[in-house]
Amino acid sequence: MPLRPSPVDHAFRTEWAPLVATLVRETRSLELAEDAVSEAFAEASVRWRTDGPPNKPGAWLLTTARRKAIDRIRRDARFAERIPALAEAAERPQTEPQRFGDDQLALIAGCVHPALNPEAQVALTLRYVCGLTTEQIAHSFLVPTETMKKRLTRAKKKIEAAGVPFAVPESDQLPDRLEAICGVVYAVFTEGYASASGPELIRGSLCDEAIWLSELLCELAPDDAEVHALAGLVLLTDSRRWARTDAQGLPILLEDQDRSKWDGARIERGLVHLARSAELPGVGPYRLMGSIAGLHARSTSVDDTPWARIAGLYGALLTLNDSPVLRLNQAAAMAWSEGAQVGLAMMDELAGLLSDYPYLHSSRAALLAKLGRTDEASAAYDRAIELSSNDAEIRWMRSRRDDLTASG
Amino acid sequence: MKYVLLLYSDEAITPDFGTPEMDAEMQEWFNFTQELDGAGKHLGGEALHPAGSATTVRVRDGKTITSDGPFAETKEALGGFYLIDADNLDEATEWALKIPNVSYGTVEIRPIMEFN
Repeated sequence: MPLRPSPVDHAFRTEWAPLVATLVRETRSLELAEDAVSEAFAEASVRWRTDGPPNKPGAWLLTTARRKAIDRIRRDARFAERIPALAEAAERPQTEPQRFGDDQLALIAGCVHPALNPEAQVALTLRYVCGLTTEQIAHSFLVPTETMKKRLTRAKKKIEAAGVPFAVPESDQLPDRLEAICGVVYAVFTEGYASASGPELIRGSLCDEAIWLSELLCELAPDDAEVHALAGLVLLTDSRRWARTDAQGLPILLEDQDRSKWDGARIERGLVHLARSAELPGVGPYRLMGSIAGLHARSTSVDDTPWARIAGLYGALLTLNDSPVLRLNQAAAMAWSEGAQVGLAMMDELAGLLSDYPYLHSSRAALLAKLGRTDEASAAYDRAIELSSNDAEIRWMRSRRDDLTASG
Repeated sequence: MKYVLLLYSDEAITPDFGTPEMDAEMQEWFNFTQELDGAGKHLGGEALHPAGSATTVRVRDGKTITSDGPFAETKEALGGFYLIDADNLDEATEWALKIPNVSYGTVEIRPIMEFN
């Protein structure tokens, strides 16, 4: 990103979602809204360069987008009855699109509607709420642009044909719908943070989008404990982004990270969201995961980390949703608080359930190495390498394994 | 006696709208409907949007399970249908969830195609 983003770039970041949200309500069509807002930005990039940016860029864009929508509707008889209201709105004195309001919540709720499949929900959210292009989304998810284009086209067809509403969910459904929205935001984050495959370990832009989305959600649903906890969780986790890989892109374990590289601003913001969440009723998975991330963020070293409390929080998470991967995390925390032998025994119990999960084997390998069981550690690394599809992780595990045999 | 005729076809080999093949087929649909009307035997019928527009809902253990796409379980058999008028998919889903056997059966919600 250039040091000083152009006025159009800046407006894109701040205005895209509110504009699409307003136009979706006014035109009742995601497709019309997308085209109209895209055309308004295209016109802005030409006009603002010659005339200079307007005083109220958001208002200028909204009026322009409404006019573009009318032009488009005129070419399509199906939408004719939608013109009068739009034309009236376009003639009104210029107003900014509503920010952090119901329109934007309605837009997100439509993109994350349960009648759409999870992959489509993620793609739609990144396209319409974050304003990423189809190419950018395809690149982030390591799929061909054509595949992503088809995914979005299919989803839009379904939305249009099935009558998927873009509306603020009814209050009795709001908690469930917010939970689903949080799920999509967290999926975007984890895809960016721990990309399971591909050349780069951390695809930062997806993490940035997830953080932006999570904080937008805090504005839209300020009284939801899990929404604030999610923002806390992603900010606190992402604060370690610059410390968790080395210059070659290889992962650095928590105990070896230079904690001065943890991002203080993200930690501070994350802890504020976590504190806000704690004031609100209801404890869900994001609150528990956020609390774990918060304990790490406040610790100066692994020795200073309250591992027993972390293991306890994993225990609470397991009562909400028992999963072998969570048990593995709990075992890793127990290895710190109770000793490698205890952690290893817990991991061995998971061998059947997680036999194809590379992190089980790499976690076992690290504990076996600590206990001086070099041959078994080396074999566990071999198995993890065999199962991993992440290039950086594979290189890292190879070097760990080779260090073992060199010293042993 | 009243009968319902349920029409199945492979969407992959169904001609697209706007092609000469579909135009010719539409004429046949029109002719058939007219013949049925003329005989006084036509009680109702609609064309459906393709299966990709379907949403499937079921309730299990009191929890609503919504999925994208058509009903795909071969064990369950079609037992009836309702034609409803709803503002949007959420309202259609609300009605679907009140159907008595949704707790052990499945309701596929398919939008009706509208021709201008």
